[in-house]
Amino acid sequence: MDIFQEVLVNNNLITAFVFVGLTVYIAYFISHKFTEGRFHGSAIAIILALLFAYLAGLFTDGEKGVADIAILSGIGILGGSMLRDFAIVATAYGAKFSDLKSSGVAGVFSLFFGVILSFVLGAIVAVGFGYNDPVSISTIGAGTVTFVVGPVTGSALGASSDIIALSIAAGLVKSILVMTVTPIVAKQIGLDNPKSAMVFGGLMGTNSGVAAGLAAVDPKLVPYGAMTATFYTAVGCLIVPSLLFFLVGLFF
Amino acid sequence: MVIYGIALLGICTLIGLMLGALLGSLFGIDANVGGIGIAMFLLMFFSSSLNTRFKIGNISEKGITFWSMIYIPIVVAMAAKQNVIGALDGGLMALIAGIIVVAVSFIFIPIITNFKKR
Repeated sequence: MDIFQEVLVNNNLITAFVFVGLTVYIAYFISHKFTEGRFHGSAIAIILALLFAYLAGLFTDGEKGVADIAILSGIGILGGSMLRDFAIVATAYGAKFSDLKSSGVAGVFSLFFGVILSFVLGAIVAVGFGYNDPVSISTIGAGTVTFVVGPVTGSALGASSDIIALSIAAGLVKSILVMTVTPIVAKQIGLDNPKSAMVFGGLMGTNSGVAAGLAAVDPKLVPYGAMTATFYTAVGCLIVPSLLFFLVGLFF
Repeated sequence: MVIYGIALLGICTLIGLMLGALLGSLFGIDANVGGIGIAMFLLMFFSSSLNTRFKIGNISEKGITFWSMIYIPIVVAMAAKQNVIGALDGGLMALIAGIIVVAVSFIFIPIITNFKKR
C-alpha cells in the first residue's frame, strides 16, 4: 500500500485532477439521475466538494479541507489562488467591452453599496450580540465584508484575536453560502445577464463565492461577476478601517 | 502554437497582478487592488474585434480556452479546500451575520440591476 500511496503523493497534482474528475462525474450523475438536470451538475459538484472539505476537517483538524490529506495535497495547488486567478482571467476571453461599458455604472455603484451594506449588517448583528466597543463592532462588520477584510481591519484597529477569528468565520459563512445558494436563487433575482452578474459580483464580493456561484449558474457570466468582485476586497480594506470605523465611533 | 495562447494569458495575468499589487501599495493596503480585473481588461483588449492588428491564431486560442474551460474543475477543487469547519465553528453570531448579509445582498441584486430602467 505504501508504494502506491507514495506514487499518489509524489504526483499530487495529477491525483487532484483525478479526484476532481471523479467528483464532477458523480455530481453530474446525481444531477441527471435524481433531479433530471434541474439542479446543475457543477452546483452539486461544489456542494459535494464542500462536504468533503467538512469531513476532511473533522478527520484531520486542519484548515485546508481535503488538501490536508497527504494524497490530496494537490487540491491545494489546483484550487489555490494562482490557478484560480489564471482561469478567471481566461474566462474574459470573448467577453464584450460593450457589455462592460453598458453596466459599468451599476457595477461600480454595487461595489461601494455592497461593501457598506455588508459592513452595516455585520455591525448590527455584532451590536445585537452585545458588543459595544467600536473596534469589535467594526472588525466583525469587516468580516462580513470578506474574510480578508476582517483580519486586515482587526489587526489595523488592534482587535483581540478571538474577535478576529469570529470575523473570519463570518466571512467564511458568507463565502460558502454564496457558493451554494446562488444557483438556487439565480432565476428569482434575474441573474442571467452580464449586468446582473456585475451587480452580483459587486454586492457579494467574496472571490471564491462569486467564482463558484456563477460557475454553477452560467460560466459565460463569470468574467462580469469576477470583474467587480476583484475590486471588492480592496475597497473593503480601504474604507472599512478608515471611514466606516470612524462612523461607528460616532455612535459608540 | 498552443503555448502562445497560454503565454499571452500568462502575460496578461502577471501584468494585471503586478499593477494590482502596485495600486495596493500606493493605497497602503495589504491587498491586490483589482489585479484580476486589469488582467481581464488586457486579455479582452487583445482578443477584441476592435483590435485588428493583433490576431490570435486558432490553435493559440486553444491555450486560452482550455483554461477557461478548466475553470469549473478548479472552482470545485477550491471548494474542496475550504475551511468549512471553521465557518461552522465560529458560533451562532458568525452564522447569523453571514446568513443575513447574503440574504439581504441577494434582494438588492434585482433592485440595482433594474435601477436605471425606471
